[in-house]
Amino acid sequence: MIHSLFLINNAGDLFLEKHWKSVISRSVCDYFFEAREKAVEPDNVPPVIRTPHHYLINIYREKIFFVSVIQTEVPPLFVIEFLHRVAETFQDYFGECSETTIKDNVVIVYELLEEMLDNGFPLATESNILKELIRPPTILRSMVNTITGSSNVGETLPTGQLSNIPWRRAGVKYTNNEAYFDVVEEIDAILDKSGTTVFAEIQGVIDACVKLSGMPDLTLSFMNPRLLDDVSFHPCVRYKRWESERVISFIPPDGNFQLMSYHISAQNLVAIPIYVKQNISFFETGSSGRLDITVGPKQTMGKTVECLVVTVHMPKVVLSANLSATQGTYNYDPVTKILLWDIGKLNPQKLPNLKGSLSLQSGAPKPEENPSLNIDLKIQQLAISGLKVNRLDMYGEKYKPFKGVKYVTKAGKFQVRT
Amino acid sequence: QIQSSIFNQRKAHSPGHVCKNILHVPVSGLLFGPWFLCRNEDLKEMLESNKESLKLEAMKRIVGLIAKGKNASELFPAVVKNVASKNIELKKLVYVYLVRYAEEQQDLALLSISTFQRALKDPNQLIRASALRVLSSIRVPIIVPIMMLAIKEAATDLSPYVRKTAAHAIQKLYSLDPDQKEHLIEVIEKLLKDKSTLVAGSVVMAFEEVCPDRIDLIHKNYRKLCNLLVDVEEWGQVVIIHMLTRYARTQFVSPWREDAVFDENSAKAFYDSEEERRVDQSKPYIMDPDHRLLLRNTKPLLQSRNTAVVMAVSQLYWHLAPKHELSIITKSLVRLLRSHREVQYIVLQNIATMSIQRKGMFEPFMKSFYVRSTDATHIKTLKLEILTNLANEANISTILREFQTYVKSQDKAFAAATIQAIGCCATNISEVTDTCLNGLVLLLSNRDETVVAESVVVIKKLLQTQPSQHSDIIKHMAKLFDNITVPMARASILWLMGEYCEHVPKIAPDVLRKMAKTFTDEEDIVKLQIVNLAAKLYLTNSKQTKLLTQYILNLGKYDQNYDIRDRTRFIRQLIVPNEKSGALSKYARRILMAPKPAPVLQSAFKDRDRFQLGTLSHTLNSQASGYLELSDWPAVAPDQSVRNVEVVEPVRLPCIYLVFKDNVKNSESEENSDDSNKSSSSQSEKSSSESDSEKKKTLKNKKPQQQKLDSKDSSPVFVPETSHELLHRMTGKGLSAQYRFTRQPCIYGNSMVSLQLTLSNSTDQALENIHISEKSSTGQNIHRFNAIERLEPQASVTVSMGVDFNDSTQAANFQLCTKEDEFSVSIQPAVGELLLPITMSEADFTKEQGKLVGMNESSATITMTPENVSSQSVNRKVVSVANLGVIPSGQENIYRFSGKTVSSGSLVLVSVVLKDPDAVITINTEKTVMGSMLLRQVKTALTNSGP
Repeated sequence: MIHSLFLINNAGDLFLEKHWKSVISRSVCDYFFEAREKAVEPDNVPPVIRTPHHYLINIYREKIFFVSVIQTEVPPLFVIEFLHRVAETFQDYFGECSETTIKDNVVIVYELLEEMLDNGFPLATESNILKELIRPPTILRSMVNTITGSSNVGETLPTGQLSNIPWRRAGVKYTNNEAYFDVVEEIDAILDKSGTTVFAEIQGVIDACVKLSGMPDLTLSFMNPRLLDDVSFHPCVRYKRWESERVISFIPPDGNFQLMSYHISAQNLVAIPIYVKQNISFFETGSSGRLDITVGPKQTMGKTVECLVVTVHMPKVVLSANLSATQGTYNYDPVTKILLWDIGKLNPQKLPNLKGSLSLQSGAPKPEENPSLNIDLKIQQLAISGLKVNRLDMYGEKYKPFKGVKYVTKAGKFQVRT
Repeated sequence: QIQSSIFNQRKAHSPGHVCKNILHVPVSGLLFGPWFLCRNEDLKEMLESNKESLKLEAMKRIVGLIAKGKNASELFPAVVKNVASKNIELKKLVYVYLVRYAEEQQDLALLSISTFQRALKDPNQLIRASALRVLSSIRVPIIVPIMMLAIKEAATDLSPYVRKTAAHAIQKLYSLDPDQKEHLIEVIEKLLKDKSTLVAGSVVMAFEEVCPDRIDLIHKNYRKLCNLLVDVEEWGQVVIIHMLTRYARTQFVSPWREDAVFDENSAKAFYDSEEERRVDQSKPYIMDPDHRLLLRNTKPLLQSRNTAVVMAVSQLYWHLAPKHELSIITKSLVRLLRSHREVQYIVLQNIATMSIQRKGMFEPFMKSFYVRSTDATHIKTLKLEILTNLANEANISTILREFQTYVKSQDKAFAAATIQAIGCCATNISEVTDTCLNGLVLLLSNRDETVVAESVVVIKKLLQTQPSQHSDIIKHMAKLFDNITVPMARASILWLMGEYCEHVPKIAPDVLRKMAKTFTDEEDIVKLQIVNLAAKLYLTNSKQTKLLTQYILNLGKYDQNYDIRDRTRFIRQLIVPNEKSGALSKYARRILMAPKPAPVLQSAFKDRDRFQLGTLSHTLNSQASGYLELSDWPAVAPDQSVRNVEVVEPVRLPCIYLVFKDNVKNSESEENSDDSNKSSSSQSEKSSSESDSEKKKTLKNKKPQQQKLDSKDSSPVFVPETSHELLHRMTGKGLSAQYRFTRQPCIYGNSMVSLQLTLSNSTDQALENIHISEKSSTGQNIHRFNAIERLEPQASVTVSMGVDFNDSTQAANFQLCTKEDEFSVSIQPAVGELLLPITMSEADFTKEQGKLVGMNESSATITMTPENVSSQSVNRKVVSVANLGVIPSGQENIYRFSGKTVSSGSLVLVSVVLKDPDAVITINTEKTVMGSMLLRQVKTALTNSGP
C-alpha cells in the first residue's frame, strides 16, 4: 500500500525519507514541488497528485508536508488517515510535531515508522502499544541513556497486540486512581452582515485522561443523551449498549485519548455567545478605508467569554492599519495581510471596540468585497449545547477512583461576513 | 566550528576515546553535520568495537544517514555482523539497515539468513514474528524457497500475531517472485479460514494483492468475515469492506428496482421510485440473508473514529444497499467534513458524485456545504459543485443568495467558478433562468475582468437556449463591449452578435465596423470571431456590410496566423459567389446560420460513478493501476449454498411441527427472527405462514418433501422413515419420545447432526415444561429444543435438535426432563447418519479417490443377491444406510457415492463395482474407523435381500 514516505518542510527541503518496499528515488518529489509551486499557498496543494508511475498522497500539518508514494489502487482516505495518525504519534511522543523535534529524535522516528507499517500496511498504530515497543523520550531518560548506554526500546514485548483489548495493556498500576473527562465543544458558524445566523452547528469531543489500575470497566451516562444524534466513538466503546441504553460503556485505554466526538446540527440548539457590530468600508478616492468593530456578549449563559481574538484577512491592497483599541492589542502583518486583534476577556459593561483607518496601495482599485472576520473565543465551565454528564460508574475493580468532568466551549470555524 | 574541532580531535584519538567525545555532542548535530562523508571510517571502527554502547551509537548515526537519504551501503559488512546481537535496540536498528540495503548487497545479505532461520524457531512469538518480518523484507531472489518455507510454517503457527506476519509476508514474496502465486494462494486459503481478528485484515489484504479474482476462496469465509468485522482493527476493516463490496456485487441480485430509469433523469426518478417500488411488488424482491448480514454488520462502523472506515462503509451502502436505506450514511459523511483538509477533499469528491444521483440524500445538510473564506481553493470548488447539484426549485433562492456572496470573493478563480455554477443552476432550473441572467448581466459591470469574462461566457451559453426573448441583453453586451478586454469574453460577444444578428439588426453592423478598425490588434480567437461575424452579416445584411466584410477578409488574408488565413480563405469561397465556387456557396447560409444546439452545462462528476466510490481511481477520475472493477449485479443469483451448506434463511427453518392439536402453544423459537430488521422480518413472517401450511401437508403425507425446500444440491436425498425409540412411555411415566435423523444440514451449527424428536403424552394429565437438562453427561455439544411449556394429554409434538457427534458413533447421553421428572436417554447414531451428501463430478470423484489410498482405503468383495443387482436397488440400499449423494455414473456397473463427515468435513467416497455375481465395495476416507464401520453396514445392506 504505502510505498515510501517523504517529509518536506515549508521551504521545500526534504529532510526525512523512509521506504517500506524497495527504494524509490526522491526525485519523485519533483512532481510534488511542481504542484506546490502552482498552488502558491501550502493549503492549496492537491492532496492527491498523479505522476507517470506513482501517485503521491500528501497531507500538510504543522508546516510539514507528509508525502507518501503509492503505486497501486488504494482508498485515498486510508492513506490520509494513516499519515495524520503518524503526525499525531509524533506529537504524542515529542510534545510537538515539528521539523526540529523530528530531526532531534530521528532514531525514534525511524523506529516508530518501522513499527507502524509492515510492507506498507499498518501494523501497530495504537499509541498504547507503540509506547510499549518504543519508549517516548524524556529528558531524564535520554540523559540516563547517554550515560549508561541503555536503550529506548522496550525489553519486554507488548502484550496488548495479543489480547482481545488491543488498546489497553495488562498490569497497569497507579497509586492515585483518577479519571478525568473534558467535554469540549466548538461552535462552527457563519453570521451574515446583519448578524443573522446563516449556518451554525456544534462539534463536540470528550477527551479523557484515565489513569486507573487493572482492567476497569467504565460506564458514562448523560443527563440528556438525546441531544447527541450523530456520534463517533473510540474503538473501545461498546456500540450496542449505546444503541440500546444511550450510555457509554468501555474499558479505557491507559492515559489520554479521545473517547467520542459528536455533532449537533440542529440550528435552534446552537446558541451564539457573542455578537459583532462592524463597519469596514473602503473609499472610492484617496486610497484609504475605515474600520470599526465592536464585540458584545449575546447568549453566554451567564459565563464570561475569554481569550477573544478577532482575525481579519485583509484584501491585498491594504498596506497598513492605523487603529486604536479600547481593550487588548492589535497587530497588522503587511506581508500576510492579517489583522489580529487580541481582546482577552469580554467585559459586558465596557464593550471592546477597534476603530481607525486603513491605508491602501495608491492607484489600486478599491477592493470589491469586505473581508470576513474570524472569531476565536473560549468559555470555561460551559458546554454550549447543554450536554451534561450524569455519572461515571466503574466495575471490575475494587478501589474508589477520583473522577472529574470539565466543560469548555470554544469557537471553531466562526466567521462573520461583512 | 565546534563540531569540526571535535571531529579533528577524534581523528587524533584512538577509537576507545571516541565515545567520550560523542557523549558531549547532541546527536542531531552529529547527524546533520556537513562532514559525515569522511566519517564512515569511524563508524566502522565503532561497529567493530566490543562495546555495545558504541555500536549502538554508531547504528543510530547510520539510521540518521539513511533517514536523510545518504548512502551508507559501504558499511554493510560491518553492520551485518551485529545481526545476532543480544541488545534489542541494536538488533532493531540493524534490521532497519538490512532491509534498506540488502537488495544492493545480496551476497553479503545472505550471511544474515541463518540468524533469522534460527529465530523463526524461537519460543517467543514476537521474536518469531520479527524474524519473519525481516526475512521477508529482504528482497534477495535467492532466498525465495527459504521464505516460502518460512511462510508456510508461520501460517500454521499457534500465535495469531505470527500468522498475521505471515499474511504480510505473502505479499512481499509475491512481489519478489510472482511465480510463487499458486503456492501462495494455498497459504492464503488456509489463512482465510483463520478465526482470529488479528489475521483477518492482513490476509484479505494479501488476497486482494495476489489473487483478487479467486472469489471462490471467500464463499466459505464470507459469514465469518462479516461477523468478525466489528472486532478487526480499523485498517483491516477498510480492506475487508472493500473486498466484500466487490464480492457482494458478484453474488447477490440487485436490491434496486428500475435502476436504469434512475440514472437517466435523476431528480424525477428519485421521487417516483418509492411509488414504483410498490407497483413493482408483483415479483417481490427478497434480499439474500447474507446480503442483509453484510449491511447489518457494517452499519455500526459508520460510528468509527477512523474516516477511512466510515468512507468504506458509505461506499458499501452506496453500491449494495437498497436505495431507501441509503440515507443513514449521509450524517456520517457530513460529520467527516469536520476533519482535516485532505479528508474533506476526498469526502467532498465522493459526495459530489453521490449528490448528482441522489439530491435528496444531502439536501437537508445543504448548509454544511457553505463555503468559508478560509477554505482551500479545491475545497471551495467542490462545495460549489455540490451546492449546484443540490439546487432545486425549492432551495434555489437560498443557494443563489449564498452564491452572491461568493461572487464577491477575493479569490477570483473561485468567483469565476461561482458564475459558472450560477449558469448551471439557470439551465437546470428553468424557473430561475431569467433571474440568473439578470444577475449575470449586472456582473458585466463588475470591475474585475475575470468576473466579467466568465459572466459573458456563461451568458452566451444561457442565451443559446432561448435567444429570441433576450435581444436587450445582447444589446447591453454590445454596449459594454468596448470596456471588455478579456479575449474569451470578446470572442463570445462577437459570436452572439453574429448568431443572433437578426435580433439586433441595427447594432451588429456597427459592432463590425468598430472591429474592422481594431482587427489587427485583436487576439487570434477574437479575430476568428470577427471573420465569423462578418460572414454572417454578409449573408443576412449584405447591403450594409459588404464592403466591411471584404475589408476584413482582406486583412485576414495577410494575417500572421495561418489559422486565420485559412479561415478567411474558406469563408471567402463560401460566401462570395464566383465562377469557381461550386455548389457549396448556395448553401452558405444554411451552413453558417444553422441552428446550433445549446451547450449542456453538466457537472464534472457526472460519470464518476463508473468507479467504485472511495477509491483512488474515483479521486483521479481515471483508472489507477491495480484498480479492481466492480462488477454489475448478476441477473440471477449464483448458488447461495456455496457460502455454507447450512441454510440460514429464516423462512426455511422448520422448527416445531404441530401435528395434532393446535392448542399446543406454538413457541416458534425467536432465534430465527433475531433479524432485527423490520422489512425482512415482515417478509419472513408472511412466507413462514405459507410454508407452515406446507409443512403440515408434508407431515400428513408422511413423505419427507420438505427436503425440496433446501436441497439446492441436485442429488436426491433419501430420508429413512424409521424412527428410533428414545424413551418408552413406561419408563417415561407416560412421556414417550422417538427420534429420527432428518438428514438435513443442521440449522444450529455446521458440525451438528440434525434430529427430529417426537414427544407424545400418553397420560391423562398435561405434562409441563418438557426440556433437555443443561448438563450433558457426555462431551457432545447439543443444541436443545426450546422448552415445551405444556403438552396436553394424548397430544404429541415434534421438535428438532442438533447434536455434534464429533464424527464418532459414541452415543449422546442427556437428560430429558419434565416439570417433575428426569429421564436419562441416549441417542446412538448409525455411522451413515454422521455424513452429509455432496455432489461432485465423476472426474472429481476419481481424482479425490486417487488421493485417499493406502490406509484410507478399505474394501470388501461380496456376493450380490440377484434382486439387488439393478442400479436402482444398489443406489437405494446404499443411500438408505448412509446419507450419501449419488454420483451420476457413466459406466453401467459402477456406482459411486460421495459425502462428507458432518463435524470435520472429511470426504467419504463409496464405490460399488459389480462383477457378476460379485461386487467390490470400496470406501475411501481419512476417517478410517468410520470407513470400516460404514463398509460393514454397506456390506450387510447389499447382501441382504428384501427391499
